[in-house]
Amino acid sequence: MRTDKLAPALAAFALLALPLASFAEEGGSFPPAGNDIRNRASLQRGARNFMNYCSGCHSAKYVRYNRIAKDLGIPDAELKANLMFTSEKTFETIKIAMSPDDAKKWFGTVPPDLSLIARARGSDYLSAFLHSFYADPSRPTGVNNTVLPGTAMPHILADLQGVQKAVFTTHPGEGGTVATDLEKFELVQPGALSPEKYDEFVRDTVNFLQYIGEPIEVQRRDLGVWVVLFLLVFTAFAYLLYKEYWRDVH
Amino acid sequence: MGTESDVKVQSAGLWGWITERFPIDEMLKEHVTEYWTPKNFNFWYIFGVISGVVLVLQLATGMFLTMSYKPSAAEAFGSVEYIMRDVDWGWLIRYLHSTGASAFFIVVYLHMFRALLYGSYRAPRELVWIFGMVIYLALMAEAFMGYLLPWGNMSYWGAQVIVSLFGTFPVIGDSLVEWIRGDYYISDITLNRFFALHVAVIPIVLVFLAVAHILALHKVGSLNPDGVEIWDETDERGIPKDGIAFHPYFTVKDLFYIACFMLLFCGIVFFAPTFNGLFLEAPNFEPANAMNTPPHISPVWYFTPFYAMLRAVPSFAGTQVWGVLVMFAAIALLFFLPWIDRSPVKSIRYKGPITKVALGVFAVTFVVLGVCGMKPAVGIYPLLARIFTVLYFAFFLLMPWYSRIDSVKPVPKRVTYHAH
Repeated sequence: MRTDKLAPALAAFALLALPLASFAEEGGSFPPAGNDIRNRASLQRGARNFMNYCSGCHSAKYVRYNRIAKDLGIPDAELKANLMFTSEKTFETIKIAMSPDDAKKWFGTVPPDLSLIARARGSDYLSAFLHSFYADPSRPTGVNNTVLPGTAMPHILADLQGVQKAVFTTHPGEGGTVATDLEKFELVQPGALSPEKYDEFVRDTVNFLQYIGEPIEVQRRDLGVWVVLFLLVFTAFAYLLYKEYWRDVH
Repeated sequence: MGTESDVKVQSAGLWGWITERFPIDEMLKEHVTEYWTPKNFNFWYIFGVISGVVLVLQLATGMFLTMSYKPSAAEAFGSVEYIMRDVDWGWLIRYLHSTGASAFFIVVYLHMFRALLYGSYRAPRELVWIFGMVIYLALMAEAFMGYLLPWGNMSYWGAQVIVSLFGTFPVIGDSLVEWIRGDYYISDITLNRFFALHVAVIPIVLVFLAVAHILALHKVGSLNPDGVEIWDETDERGIPKDGIAFHPYFTVKDLFYIACFMLLFCGIVFFAPTFNGLFLEAPNFEPANAMNTPPHISPVWYFTPFYAMLRAVPSFAGTQVWGVLVMFAAIALLFFLPWIDRSPVKSIRYKGPITKVALGVFAVTFVVLGVCGMKPAVGIYPLLARIFTVLYFAFFLLMPWYSRIDSVKPVPKRVTYHAH
């Protein structure tokens, strides 16, 4: 290979190596959430779950009620009757009544706004988090979480999931310490939902969180197909024009 | 009467009216229709034009973002989400701008690597290279300040880390950092001044530098993959035998390659705008929080090779200034390329095996350093960063020697070109 043919190969390698490098860093640690942002029924159930179980403490202050209604195909009357529990107008965003000072007094921290939580942490993380609460009497909330140890959040979904016990294994860690690994969760007290139904509940909720993280995502991808198709045609014509002109060059 | 003016060829209409008053005709001839360009440009020669396209894209999208963005610590993060959710097509403008920032560095790095391959910086093109390097510096400043504006947590802590580098300078360090921030920490005041610099000062500097870069190039003419000066062989009209008019030949060629670039670019904008956390980092979707340091702070990918070198140097004599100096030296060395390359030939095609190996190792070095800079400084990475920092410097510091002793192949009188 001539050197200036080899160089593009190197450059291509460089460009490929960069995203691969970050894959190694971020991927893999959580099982896939398995949600589908094109599944509107799932998003509607997720909206219901969010408004009933999350929005008491967590705001979504960049998300407007009527945007959700429009994107998820929910009529205004149903929106007001089933998803809006406060006196806000439909064009307003999802806020909470709890003041930050009270939140600090009650939980030790302000529950984070969830508008962008899926973008900041990833859907897989959220799914793992909602599956990983376990009974821990040493915590003020009575529960702990293996994904976010020491979380201030109570297991708000315990009625649905039931109570889990975490089974840890210990092994010698670095420098003579003892490291603990989660072996498995055991359901010690069943909840209102079967494990399969709870998985679906979490999947729908995470799906909704991913949707509110970037409401335009579906339209962005759909529009992207047309943009790429147009550019393919444009590129083909640009290529023919280029070759036509360059026939004169000897 | 009037015989003298009859001799001059007069263009009619508005165009004639303008050309009598403004040298648009001459400028178009000199820089477009009669700018004689080597016909043997290869793939590597498209990145100059493409960086121009990205510059215009950034100016245009930046202008629209400015219309809805609020440069205040209280409102900045929310205003970006307002753009993403409530402004018509705001999401597209924002993704074009954020992807454009990374694309700018990709094409500029490839453009600079082209110069390394074919000796584009060699005399008489030193000023073309110097202007280009100043553009690169301005671009880094532009990107760094722009990255603070979304006021995400990585914006905040990235700025905190980079600005505090200046604090390592003895004696003046602390006051220098305070002067840059305008405050005792990264604050609303810092955000406001970075906004002013990002949208007003540096873009103007960039545009002027780009014009100077092109004017300097057109004064001396473009080099080509053979490193042959096409003006050494001219025809009876005084036009280079291997030169063809920039327009229409390179305008149509560039149009095709710009279309190819836009395909890749739009592929990212529409299908992977965060580019797996490389172009838009996940911690930046949380608002700036002075009380909550992200577990792992790293700059955006285009700064990571230099960040790796910064971290590779241990503190010595009670100060960490050495790493900062190494990082600045890594960039400063590039300015000297025209004078440290002592090879009798310009293009890699006619250079010897030592230079080819050196350049290959350098390309790999830059990528490995980039990866090291993204990773936490644990495990194998600090050692890798140190080894490759040495290799990075060896490429430049040994160049006066290896470029002189390396074997060369005979350079042809005319460029090599195979008709389509």
